[in-house]
Amino acid sequence: MREHAPVLMVVVPLFGAVLAALVRRPGPAFAVALACGFAVAALAIDLAVAVSAGGPISYRLGGWAPDVGIEYRVDALNVPILLLLGVTAAVATVYARRSVASELPVGRVAWFYALYLLCLTGLIGIALTNDAFNAFVFLEISSLATYAMIALGRDRRALVAAYQYLIIGTIGATFYVIGVGFLFLATGTLNLSLIAERLGEAEAARAVVTGLAFVLVGIAMKVALFPLHLWLPNAYAYAPSFATVFLGATATKVAVYLLFRYVFSVFGAAFVFEALPTGALLIALSLAAAFGASTVAIFQSDVKRLLAYSSVGQIGYATLGLALGNAAGLTGGLVHLLNHAMMKGAAFMAVGAVVFRLGTCRLEAFAGLGRAMPATMAALTVAGLGLIGVPGTAGFVSKWYLIKGALEAGMPWLALLIVASSILALLYVGRLVELIWLRPRPADAAPVAEAPLELLLPTLALAAATIWFGLDTRFTAGLAQAATVGLFGGAR
Amino acid sequence: MTDLLARLGNIAGHYNLYIAILLMVAGLYVVIARGNMVKKLIGLSLFQSSVYLLYLTPGKILGGTAPVVDPRFAIYSNPLPHVLILTAIVVGIATLAVGLALVVRINEAYGSIEEDEIFARDEATVKREDRAASRPPRRAGKGAR
Amino acid sequence: MRLDIVLRVAAKLILPLMLVFALYVQFHGDYGPGGGFQAGAIAAGAVILYGLVYGLSAAQRLVPVAAVETMVPLGVLVFAAVGVAGLLLGDNYLDYDKLAHDAVHGQEWGVFLVEAGVFITVFSTMLAIFYAFAGRGIKE
Repeated sequence: MREHAPVLMVVVPLFGAVLAALVRRPGPAFAVALACGFAVAALAIDLAVAVSAGGPISYRLGGWAPDVGIEYRVDALNVPILLLLGVTAAVATVYARRSVASELPVGRVAWFYALYLLCLTGLIGIALTNDAFNAFVFLEISSLATYAMIALGRDRRALVAAYQYLIIGTIGATFYVIGVGFLFLATGTLNLSLIAERLGEAEAARAVVTGLAFVLVGIAMKVALFPLHLWLPNAYAYAPSFATVFLGATATKVAVYLLFRYVFSVFGAAFVFEALPTGALLIALSLAAAFGASTVAIFQSDVKRLLAYSSVGQIGYATLGLALGNAAGLTGGLVHLLNHAMMKGAAFMAVGAVVFRLGTCRLEAFAGLGRAMPATMAALTVAGLGLIGVPGTAGFVSKWYLIKGALEAGMPWLALLIVASSILALLYVGRLVELIWLRPRPADAAPVAEAPLELLLPTLALAAATIWFGLDTRFTAGLAQAATVGLFGGAR
Repeated sequence: MTDLLARLGNIAGHYNLYIAILLMVAGLYVVIARGNMVKKLIGLSLFQSSVYLLYLTPGKILGGTAPVVDPRFAIYSNPLPHVLILTAIVVGIATLAVGLALVVRINEAYGSIEEDEIFARDEATVKREDRAASRPPRRAGKGAR
Repeated sequence: MRLDIVLRVAAKLILPLMLVFALYVQFHGDYGPGGGFQAGAIAAGAVILYGLVYGLSAAQRLVPVAAVETMVPLGVLVFAAVGVAGLLLGDNYLDYDKLAHDAVHGQEWGVFLVEAGVFITVFSTMLAIFYAFAGRGIKE
């Protein structure tokens, strides 16, 4: 059965979604989601072990050859993403029960878990598939589930946020499909490896460039790359807390992975960065994200929105690593995907715990919370330090690699700008930390208890991971470096 | 002269692509320019439909028949674009259904489907929340669950 | 609507034809254009027409809401289960070769079952959408 692990990773959450929709009661639906979360994590770890021991795994759906059928492919580049998805699913689902139960009406809880598992199916599918069109289908599966999850938020603004995300997300996905269409016309195949092989001899060079442009812009909308990020802050701010945790940790990361996949293993870094001005453009946009979104984050009065804007900025670092086009930059970008997932996961979980206790996540509500909910607030603080990139946290590691990449690319000014943008993160995190630890709790505020253990443990686990992987970088950086070697060693 | 004619014929021969591009741009324009949420979704649908054409027209081979194997025929249309677009149509319908469902609920929650009115109401909500926050807090959030 | 005799009689005449045509499209999908998606849409169209002419509650008596909500995941379950059947028989996911005594018949059975799953899901999803939209705003 072990050779079927790639497809099981998609099928298990799909079955889970169906079962959750069939049982319709909150308890069993949660049990299904929890089982799926841990099964997916186990499968991801199994795949990671198998790939590190025996090289890339190719799985043919229905036994069809890659030029006619759909191929799933697990290699060094998507192993980190699969681990990210699997582990997040396991840890986040533990968190889900209390948080979801407190924010959604009972009748909708089972549907919510079905949507969550469907979204997980889609995200894992994007990471696994080696077929351009299949990736679109999974992209839309995850997106449609996401729209519905966001719309289940308590505030009526959640509906508008979901609608706006739907419009932008659909335009993005359609752009992606247009690009895939051009590539299909130019190469006659949808398999990414075969497209990569045949691009060199493709006659219609213009179709290839057009395809590249459409694919990149389409994915950039899903990535929420500045200035296509406007859907993200509201979507994250008004979604149910658990949806924010899960999406904040995974959704944009998978889109960034798809960007990496297209740029490095389909088109090839030489074509994207040397023949076209993509690199300069991406660097400019990434910096605009890091500076612009972080600046906006400073002025937010809702902590979820603050963290959402911070996400836009942090995604800028990941795309910056991509844009540098060298090994160190790419390692930095990939490591940052993992690290940011831990930090943002912990931060959104802590905020979700505050919503659970106080029913609000406005900034004022955090005043003096350090004394009332010390463990939760400590996790939030650690995550915040990680977002700044303080040495000893995971955020420092990714910035270290990015700076190294910038210096290797002969752009010392860029290294300076990376450091400068961290100061903005210092401002928005500092504002929050000052409020939590240094302000007194308002005298007439109701007493608040520490978050329940079910919410606290996953939060602390991710916060601990932020510190652990900041000190011991062998695992995360090792994964990213293995991927980088695969891309720069094997790509044309 | 014949060269020019051949070139013109070549340009005219791609009429299917021009139609696809026209629909694409028209759909995208409607999405961007209209404030009515239902009209936006119509534009979005148009935009997606144009992509169906973009895929389908190159799959048609002149004189080719439906791709069901039969000894009487030798030339078949390429079945792959049809299968892909069948999937894309399903995705498009699902998106439209989710979008319309959201609009229905937005209309129930706001009493309007015009974006400017909804944004104005949201801004008013934000101002109200900020005012409430700047006042001395009364029992912050108790019972909000 | 109640008095519109032409519409009611015409609908009664068309409905059985639509349902039979849906079955034709479903089962002839192996030999010509057709398949579960198209057939499901046609069959759902028949029920929706019934609902439009005779009222939502009549349609919901014919195909209850609970049945629809069960059928949506059920169809996906059929599809996924057929794939897993291939897995359990020692082939790759969605490989139907071993579902019957030889590969060709195995593929035929596999596609038949998958199309049945598609029919169920498409049929019930279309109805679910119709019920959800048509049921809005009725205060009873």
